Amino acid sequence: MGSRSSHAARIPDVDSLRRETGFSQASLRRLYDRFQALDRTGKGYLSRLDLQQIGALAVNPLGDRIIDSFFPDGSLRLDFPGFVRVLAHFRPVDEEEEGNRDPKEPEPLNSRMNKLRFAFQLYDLDRDGKISRHEMLQALRLMVGVQVTEEQLESIADRTVQEADEDGDGAVSFLEFAKSLEKMNIEQKMSIRILK
Amino acid sequence: MDGTELAGQILYTWLTLVFGLILLPSAFGVSLGISEIYMKILVKTLEWATLRIETGVAKQSALKNSASIGIIQRDESPMEKGLSGLRGRDFELSDVFYFSKKGLEAIVEDEVTQRFSSEELVSWNLLTRTNVNFQYVSPRLTAVWVLGVIVRYCVLLPLRCVSPGLLFPSPGDLPDSGIEPGLKNLLSELVHLTCCRICVRKGGICVANHTSPIDVLILTTDGCYTMVGQVHGGLMGIIQRAMVKACPHVWFERSEMKDRHLVVKRLKEHIAHKKELPILIFPEGTCINNTSVMMFKKGSFEIGGTIHPVAIKVRQIIHSHTPPCQRHYLLRVMTSWAIVCDVWYMPPMTREEGEDAVQFANRVKSAIAVQGGLTELPWDGGLKRAKVKDAFKEEQMVVSTSSCQRWNPRCPFWLLLVQH
Repeated sequence: MGSRSSHAARIPDVDSLRRETGFSQASLRRLYDRFQALDRTGKGYLSRLDLQQIGALAVNPLGDRIIDSFFPDGSLRLDFPGFVRVLAHFRPVDEEEEGNRDPKEPEPLNSRMNKLRFAFQLYDLDRDGKISRHEMLQALRLMVGVQVTEEQLESIADRTVQEADEDGDGAVSFLEFAKSLEKMNIEQKMSIRILK
Repeated sequence: MDGTELAGQILYTWLTLVFGLILLPSAFGVSLGISEIYMKILVKTLEWATLRIETGVAKQSALKNSASIGIIQRDESPMEKGLSGLRGRDFELSDVFYFSKKGLEAIVEDEVTQRFSSEELVSWNLLTRTNVNFQYVSPRLTAVWVLGVIVRYCVLLPLRCVSPGLLFPSPGDLPDSGIEPGLKNLLSELVHLTCCRICVRKGGICVANHTSPIDVLILTTDGCYTMVGQVHGGLMGIIQRAMVKACPHVWFERSEMKDRHLVVKRLKEHIAHKKELPILIFPEGTCINNTSVMMFKKGSFEIGGTIHPVAIKVRQIIHSHTPPCQRHYLLRVMTSWAIVCDVWYMPPMTREEGEDAVQFANRVKSAIAVQGGLTELPWDGGLKRAKVKDAFKEEQMVVSTSSCQRWNPRCPFWLLLVQH
């Protein structure tokens, strides 16, 4: 616990992580310090429990789902590269970078589409590529809270699905999700800037 | 032969100097002004060092920002802006962004853990441990830094190790048999008088915010107290046991529930004797990193009696505050330049009619935070050790009063659950 100044040399594969995530060396160092601070027992990886112990996350309505996004495919251990890869989705978009990007390279993790994909999988629990009415209802229950009655919840769920659904299959696919949010300033809403 | 003689001479001269210039005057409460001169030189050198580093390094504004904000730029706009409330609808697909952003922000940095890492100083005090962005700037600066290391490790460290050693043969070390108990008490009294210059008040409880185990030393230079605290291992443990032999102190194991009831009982008895020394308690229960005051545990406020609050704040420029959970805490403190703290003794407070222990604790906490210029936080310092209680996980949805406010991490209900 506490911050120890960790030098970049101690971070495994720092160069490939920089290329993949776009984080600067200083940011990676800070995130590595944070990773080690969260790893209270010094295992070298994080478990679900370690993330669940963050107070502010435990009371977040989407807390459990956010934690799940760090452990894809039922894995139980989160290593540092996996940790940074998820956080890279929230890296602010740098205008200059966008202009200079080589179109042959894969899309950076913090592109608009990837940010939307991250948000989409918070809704789509069974990972079938569609948000069904049932999944929408579950998400609503978490986020809207006990403020509204069950009937109101159902009607809100219906309305939201109907508005976004274009091909009439009663579910929201990723493209429909992206289309309904095309006017939204995603880059700003889903960005966390790490100060040097 | 010459070598050992010379070494012996140097040691003898040094010890005499230490005794004459430091121990004797402090025993009689006289100040020779050496510390003031030392501080002046120190501050001048550090200002020069900071200026050098600022002219040498390109990105300056970032350095200033990191001091208090933490490592991420927080968007403190109210929740309504983040959610669809402004548009008058209950829910939008985009609401997920707000919650996911807040969640990820908490993963990168949360208020509780942040308070337990060392504060980073805006100016540099020639200790590499305080500045994560330390880079090679100029040969002159490096030379000064090397000089600093030599002074700290070869001059200050031995000085600080020797002084307590000379003071510590305490009456408690005298063998029990063969010496009258009366004589032992007399000797004990004598040690007290030479070590403590002023005994401020008799009876009552002193309550202070906790910044480090050194707090205790700082406060005892001004008055005598009975301590209550957690048993430590290692060097600290030895010091603790030595202290117990000289004065009645109460040490206990934090995790023992039964122990806590016993401790409360003992403290109540202690206060009942008016002639006893005041008890010193740190109600936060753990060390914080000197930027804030965390929740005060209600236990100390249930005992009754008058509470004398004391606010302690370590001044940042000279000493970077190291939380005691780190390795080699004592070594780091001993090799720092100096510790400069402000201590404010505040007027006594008593529990008012109709106020329960928790509210009283919060009142005292606010007074201390205001006096010391620290941020007040409702979180429980114990959260750095234990899990968030299961009660939270069930209470995920907040019943709120207005239709716009749905989930507010600063909602008071959080506080109520945390207080247990």
